[in-house]
Amino acid sequence: MPVLARLLLRQILLLVVVALAVFLLMKASPVDPVDAYLGPAIAHASPEQKAQIAAAWGLDRPAKEQFLAWAGHVLTGDLGFSTTYNAPVAQVMADRIGASLALTGLAWLLSGIMGFGLGLVAAAVQGSWLDRGIRIYCYVLASTPTFWLAMLMLMLFSVRLGWTPVCCAGPVGVPQDEVDFLARLHHLVLPLAALTLFGVAQIALHTRVKLIEVLQSDYVLLARAQGAGRVDIVLRHGIRNAALPALTALMAASGEIFGGSILAEQVFAWPGLGRATVEAGMKGDVPLLLAIAMLSAVIVSSANMIADRLSRRIDPRMGVA
Amino acid sequence: MNGRVGALLAALLAAMLIVAIALAPAGLGETGIRADFAARNLAPQSGHLFGTDQMGRDMLARSLHGLALSLEIGLIAAGLSVAIAILMATLSGLGRGTDRIAGFVTDAMLAMPHLMLLILISFALGGGTAAVVIAVAISHWPRLARILRAELLQVAAAPYIETSRALGRSRVFIIRHHILPHLLPQALVGFLLMFPHAILHEAGLTFLGFGLEPSRPAIGVMLTEAMRHISAGRWWLALFPGAMLLALVLAFETLGSALRRLITPREAQC
Amino acid sequence: MLTIRDLSVGFRRYRGLFRHEETSRLSGLNLTLDAGEVLAVIGGSGAGKSLLAHAILGLLPPNAVLRGKLAFRGQALNPVYPPALRGRKIALIPQQVSHLDPLARTGAQMSWAARRSGSAADTTARLAALGLPPQVAQLFPDQLSGGMARRVLLAMAEAGAPDLLIADEPTAGLDPENRDAVLRMLGEHARRGAGILLITHDLKSVLPIADRVAILDEGRMRGIEFPRNFTGRGAELTSSYARDLWRALPENGFLTDA
Repeated sequence: MPVLARLLLRQILLLVVVALAVFLLMKASPVDPVDAYLGPAIAHASPEQKAQIAAAWGLDRPAKEQFLAWAGHVLTGDLGFSTTYNAPVAQVMADRIGASLALTGLAWLLSGIMGFGLGLVAAAVQGSWLDRGIRIYCYVLASTPTFWLAMLMLMLFSVRLGWTPVCCAGPVGVPQDEVDFLARLHHLVLPLAALTLFGVAQIALHTRVKLIEVLQSDYVLLARAQGAGRVDIVLRHGIRNAALPALTALMAASGEIFGGSILAEQVFAWPGLGRATVEAGMKGDVPLLLAIAMLSAVIVSSANMIADRLSRRIDPRMGVA
Repeated sequence: MNGRVGALLAALLAAMLIVAIALAPAGLGETGIRADFAARNLAPQSGHLFGTDQMGRDMLARSLHGLALSLEIGLIAAGLSVAIAILMATLSGLGRGTDRIAGFVTDAMLAMPHLMLLILISFALGGGTAAVVIAVAISHWPRLARILRAELLQVAAAPYIETSRALGRSRVFIIRHHILPHLLPQALVGFLLMFPHAILHEAGLTFLGFGLEPSRPAIGVMLTEAMRHISAGRWWLALFPGAMLLALVLAFETLGSALRRLITPREAQC
Repeated sequence: MLTIRDLSVGFRRYRGLFRHEETSRLSGLNLTLDAGEVLAVIGGSGAGKSLLAHAILGLLPPNAVLRGKLAFRGQALNPVYPPALRGRKIALIPQQVSHLDPLARTGAQMSWAARRSGSAADTTARLAALGLPPQVAQLFPDQLSGGMARRVLLAMAEAGAPDLLIADEPTAGLDPENRDAVLRMLGEHARRGAGILLITHDLKSVLPIADRVAILDEGRMRGIEFPRNFTGRGAELTSSYARDLWRALPENGFLTDA
């Protein structure tokens, strides 16, 4: 398949360019990784010792060489060493990716399902109070700072009502692998709800607009002429024709949900990649920041590519699939 | 009352709110910025409708300062971003080669979650106000650039452009005199609708600690501080600044979509 | 069977920024259609033919304003459209293939149509009756030829054995062979007692099967004629508009009285 090969090639080229850009951004930073690594211990380190560390990390070589060395290491699976967590970057990420997937992945999935459902309902009763309510909800949610919403939920459900834990992915002091499933779920529910509430809005609005378009189509006119009711039309024609556009919107929304998860993880002290990003950024942990940034770029650009292909397939000018 | 009168009224109301927020700091002076240790941690009450924080600063006045700051940063960042978007769209209009390059750059920018890109740029620039403005400006143009590109290609296919070309006008002349004037209304709407994103991302970035300096009365800073007092039950520290930010964002959202509806009546209301 | 008295249809829309205005698209229409009759409605594009069909089916868009009286078998069709008529008693054969759901297989759409009309869904038998192989049920609309699509649409309309069939340009874009086949099928329906409202711009092709011909122009009725009078120079035609229309046909030498 030449189309697939061309897409893959473009994708790889895109990631190389992004990697280079991200690497140069890291290099441009005034945060000195050695100082950041030493922290308060900097007072006890002599310039010679600092130079030694810099040499050990390869920081004394030109940027071009550093990039090539880093890229080479990444390609062989060596992501470097995280100074923040005092562990190999791959290890740090492996420890956190499960928590991130549970939160962000589930939120993404639920946003899609709930957003699609809400959008269908709103369009089916277009102009009614229910439609108006759903639309206002979506507009307000789309304008709401995610992390603020998360804070409000934390204040209400965890602090005031005490229904949910105040932080983290498990009870404090208990090793993560000893936390049972129910406790995990209990800790997950609030961050998941916050992130999902936020993600639903875009998908619902998009689905609604698409279904309204479908409802004005010739084939729905014929269905009505055949005596079909509203439910019949939405179930048989609506879902079929709005599903692909909604999936496209969901793919395109992956970046926003990923960004939202960084904020949500910060608020709920969720031990995922988002929190690690913030820690790494604060402490000048360049290898970890680079690795997470690249991972997010791989995920989001792939999702974008899928969205792009999908929207081409459903664009009437390109012929319906 | 019909839809357009409604849109116009909403736009007017939103515009008034935005102007009021922009003028608020001048009226407030140092209120909400200077500490008042006699009035620390007060719950909302008459005199301090939104309560006070751990340094006795009135949260209403402080939130208004924060919004004005958001407005200022959003204005500069979104303005820069729109300029980049117009530039990239124009590049697309110059020819196939430049269109491909512009498309690739746009895709590359969209390849990363906004917030991740913001963190990286802010990290690279060492944080602070300038870093936030630049980060937001650099990261927000791609979507608008795509819209403008589509518009531009549509205008470029119009017969009078063909005529102008046949008359021997240069590409730059055609773009300047025939195409850019068509893009401006879209760019204005794009600017207004980019604003909310810019403001929300600035607040998020600041909340994470990569944005504005902690000494400034930014909404993000206030919410970071509020995080520390959540378990103490000081709900007002988080509720009000965020709600005010939401109101400002909604105002821009309303203004932008109302204008869009007035400019293009058949546009889907999404 | 179908009685239309003084029917007018207009649309409300914006004029300028804020003012509403109503544009009239059909006005003062009077028509009757009996069981077993084929009534052809002839008109150019924009004459309001499809609008008439949608009005009879109660499927006008929300911003449309309908005035006058529509009745089917003595039952008023406006202002509130009676239930269980569409698909069962009154059916539509639409104009274009775009009236088929692009993402659903033909067979599925045919059985939906049958179920909606309250009849059994024997797709294979219906396809066979129209001279189509059973494999057609597996095709998507964009895989159908124009003639096949038209037959499928016809089959869907016939599913509930309706008393009134409204055919909106059923022959547009078809080659003469397929066109005559579709018209023949409509004629058979009329012989079995159904009323047929045949909307078209093609006067010549419907003359053999039509019982009467109504002429619509810019939303107004310009006369109702018998097909046999469309002959020679059209001297027997009662309305001057019909005469002009007949003489202006290419076969008649583009004659005008001017």
